Amino acid sequence: MSALAHVSTASGQPASPPPAAGPGRHRFLPYLLLLPGAAWLFLFFAVPLVQLAAASLYDPNGSLSTGYALTWAFGNYPTALQAYWPQFGRSFLYAGIALVLGLLMGYPLAYAIAQKAGRWKNLLLVCVVAPMFTSFLVRTLAWKTILSDNGWLVGLLRDVHLLGPDGRLLATPVAVVLGLTYNFLPFLVLPLYASLERLDYRLLEASSDLYASPLKTFRRVTLPLSMPGLIAGTLLFFIPATGDYINAELLGTPNQYMIGNVIDSAFLVRLDYPQGAALSFLLMSAILAVVFVYLRRAGTEEVL
Amino acid sequence: MRSALRPLTRRGLLTGTLGSAALLAAGGTLAGCGTKGAQQTEAGCASEDLSGTEKKLAFSNWPQYMDVDEDNNSKRPSLDRFVSKTGIQVTYTEDVNDNNEFFGKVQNQLAACQSTGRDVMVLTDWMAARMIRLGWIQKLDKSKLPNVEANLLPSLRNRPFDVDNHLAVPWQSGLAGLAYNGRVTGEIRTVDELLTRPDLKGKVTALTEMRDTMGLLLMSNGHNPGDFTANQFDDALNKLKKAVSSGQIRRFTGNDYAPDLAKGDIAACIGWSGDIIQLGFDDEQIKFVVPDSGVMLWSDNMLVPNKATHKANAEELINYYYEPAVAATLAAYVNYICPVQGAQAEMEKIDPELAANPLIFPDEAMLSKARVFMALDEQQEREYETKFQQVIGA
Repeated sequence: MSALAHVSTASGQPASPPPAAGPGRHRFLPYLLLLPGAAWLFLFFAVPLVQLAAASLYDPNGSLSTGYALTWAFGNYPTALQAYWPQFGRSFLYAGIALVLGLLMGYPLAYAIAQKAGRWKNLLLVCVVAPMFTSFLVRTLAWKTILSDNGWLVGLLRDVHLLGPDGRLLATPVAVVLGLTYNFLPFLVLPLYASLERLDYRLLEASSDLYASPLKTFRRVTLPLSMPGLIAGTLLFFIPATGDYINAELLGTPNQYMIGNVIDSAFLVRLDYPQGAALSFLLMSAILAVVFVYLRRAGTEEVL
Repeated sequence: MRSALRPLTRRGLLTGTLGSAALLAAGGTLAGCGTKGAQQTEAGCASEDLSGTEKKLAFSNWPQYMDVDEDNNSKRPSLDRFVSKTGIQVTYTEDVNDNNEFFGKVQNQLAACQSTGRDVMVLTDWMAARMIRLGWIQKLDKSKLPNVEANLLPSLRNRPFDVDNHLAVPWQSGLAGLAYNGRVTGEIRTVDELLTRPDLKGKVTALTEMRDTMGLLLMSNGHNPGDFTANQFDDALNKLKKAVSSGQIRRFTGNDYAPDLAKGDIAACIGWSGDIIQLGFDDEQIKFVVPDSGVMLWSDNMLVPNKATHKANAEELINYYYEPAVAATLAAYVNYICPVQGAQAEMEKIDPELAANPLIFPDEAMLSKARVFMALDEQQEREYETKFQQVIGA
C-alpha cells in the first residue's frame, strides 16, 4: 500500500482511495465472518445429524451390553412407522388444529398491536412476550391448574351444559391442543407483528379510495404484504408444535401421546436407539416435506 | 458489490450447508461404524482405593431423601454426625431425579471404564439390577459392613439381582399399592375395583414404572411378580389395556400423581407409600391401601460404581446408616420404609406415632404380602418394557 501511495504521489496525481470491495483483499471476508456460525452449525447440527442417521441404521438386535453394529438396517424405518403411525398422525393433526386456532387468534392480535394499539403498543408487546420469561414447563403446569376438574373453568362449562356433569377438559385432546396453541402463539405473533408494523396505512387508504371493500382491501393488500411474517410465524409455530411432547405428557393421556413422547421413551426408557433414531429421522423428513410443499405453494423468497 | 465472487444468498448458503452435511454423512458413517458394547467387568475396570489417604466421599442421592435440620435446610444432622465422627468429608449432591435420566448421565463414562466422580449413588432396584448386569458396580467387602449383616430386613436379603448381598444395599424402601381420596370416592380394596368400578372412570392413574404397575396386576391375577411367564405377563397387560381403552385409566404418572390426588382430579391411583403418607399428614382422607392380592416392595439402593476411588469410605458410610439410631433419624424425616431392623425401637424415642406406622415399619402381615419384581435380562427387559410402553401410549 505504501509503495503504491508513494508512486501515485510521485507521479503528481492525487492518491486514489483504496478499492473498498477489492477482489483481492475482501474475497474471503464473508466466509471468515461465517466461520463462527458455520462451526457451530457443523458441531451441533451436522455431526449429531450424521450420528443420528447412523444410529437409525444400527442392527435392531444390538444391545447396550454388546453394542450396536452398523448393518444398514433400513428395515428399522418401516418397522418404526408401522408400530407408531397413530402417534405420527396425531402429531400433525394436533399441531395443524393448534395452528389454525393460533392463526385465528394471532393474526387479529398482531394486527391490533401493529396498527391500532397506539401508545399501548409496547405494553401489549410486553404482554405477548412476558410469559416467555417463565419456563415452558411451569406455564404448561399452570394450564393443569386452570383446566383442573374442580377448577372454575370446568365448573362454568358444566353449568352452561357445554360439558356433561362428568365432563372434563384435562386429559382430553382439547387440553393438549389448547396447550400447544398457547405455548407457541408468541412465535406466530411476533413475526406477524413485524410484518404488519411495516404496513403503510396509506396503501389501505388508497385501496378504499379505489372502492375496495374492507374485506377486499384485506385480501388484496394487507394479507399479501404480511405474507413473509405469516409464513415465518406459521413455520415457527408448526415445526416445534409437531415435535412437542410436554403438552401431551402433562395435559393429555396415553391416548393423546404424540410422536415426541414415543421418541423420548425409545431413547430413555426402552433403550431402543435404532428405533428412536429412525423415528426422529422420519419426523424430520415428514416436517421438511410439509414445509417444502407449503413454501412452494406460498411461493416466497423471503424465508428460504 | 462489484466483487468477482458471486454474492452470498440465503439459498446458496443453505444449499452449501446441506451439501456439505450430505458429504459429511457419507464420510462420517464410514468412519464411525456402530457403538462398542457397554459390558464391563469389575476386575477390568479396577481402580486403586484411595480411602486410606483421602478422607473424602462423593454421594449422589435423590432430592429430599436425607434428613435436614428443622431450622436450617442446609444442615443434614445424620450426615454431619458421620462427618464429625469419621473425619470423612462428604460431598452430597441431589442429582438423581429419575433413574433413566441418571443412567443417561453416567452411561458413557461407565461404559468406557471411566470415573463418574461419584463414590456412592442411590438407584432403584431395576436400575441397580441393570448396572450390576452390565458389570458397572463394585463388590462391597462384607466384613466392613457388620451393621448391614446384622440389621437388614430379612425380606430385603438375597434379592434376585444381588443374591449374595454384596453389591446393593437398600437406602430406603417403599411399597407400591393403591391409594384413594376419601373426599371423592369410597374405599377401594382391590386392583380389579380400581380398573373396573364405573364411578372411578377417568379418575384413575397408574404408574409409568412398569414393575410397580405390572407387579400389582400380575398379583391381582394370582401370579407371582417375582417369577412369572411371558403368557402371564401378557394376561396382566391385556387387563391393563382394557382399562386404558375403556377410559378408566386417565394417565400414567411418575411422582406427579400426588398433587392431582390431593386436589381430587383423580379419585384413586396406583401410588407409592411414601407420597401417600406425606399427603395423609395434610389430609387424612387420603389413604394408602395394601390390596389383599399383594403389594410391590421396592428399594433404592446404595451402589459403588466402577472407578470410584473411595470404596472403603463408602462402606463406612453404608455401615453407619445401618445403625438403628441413625436409621430412625433418617426415617423420621423421609417417611419411607426403613430397611433397618431395630430402628423401630429407636423411633419410639423420636416419635411414637411414626414408630407405629405400618408404612414405615411394616408388620409381618404386610411384609408377607410384599413381593419384589423378577430380575430381567436385557432382552426380556426390552421386550416387556416395549409391550408395556405401547399400552401406556408411548
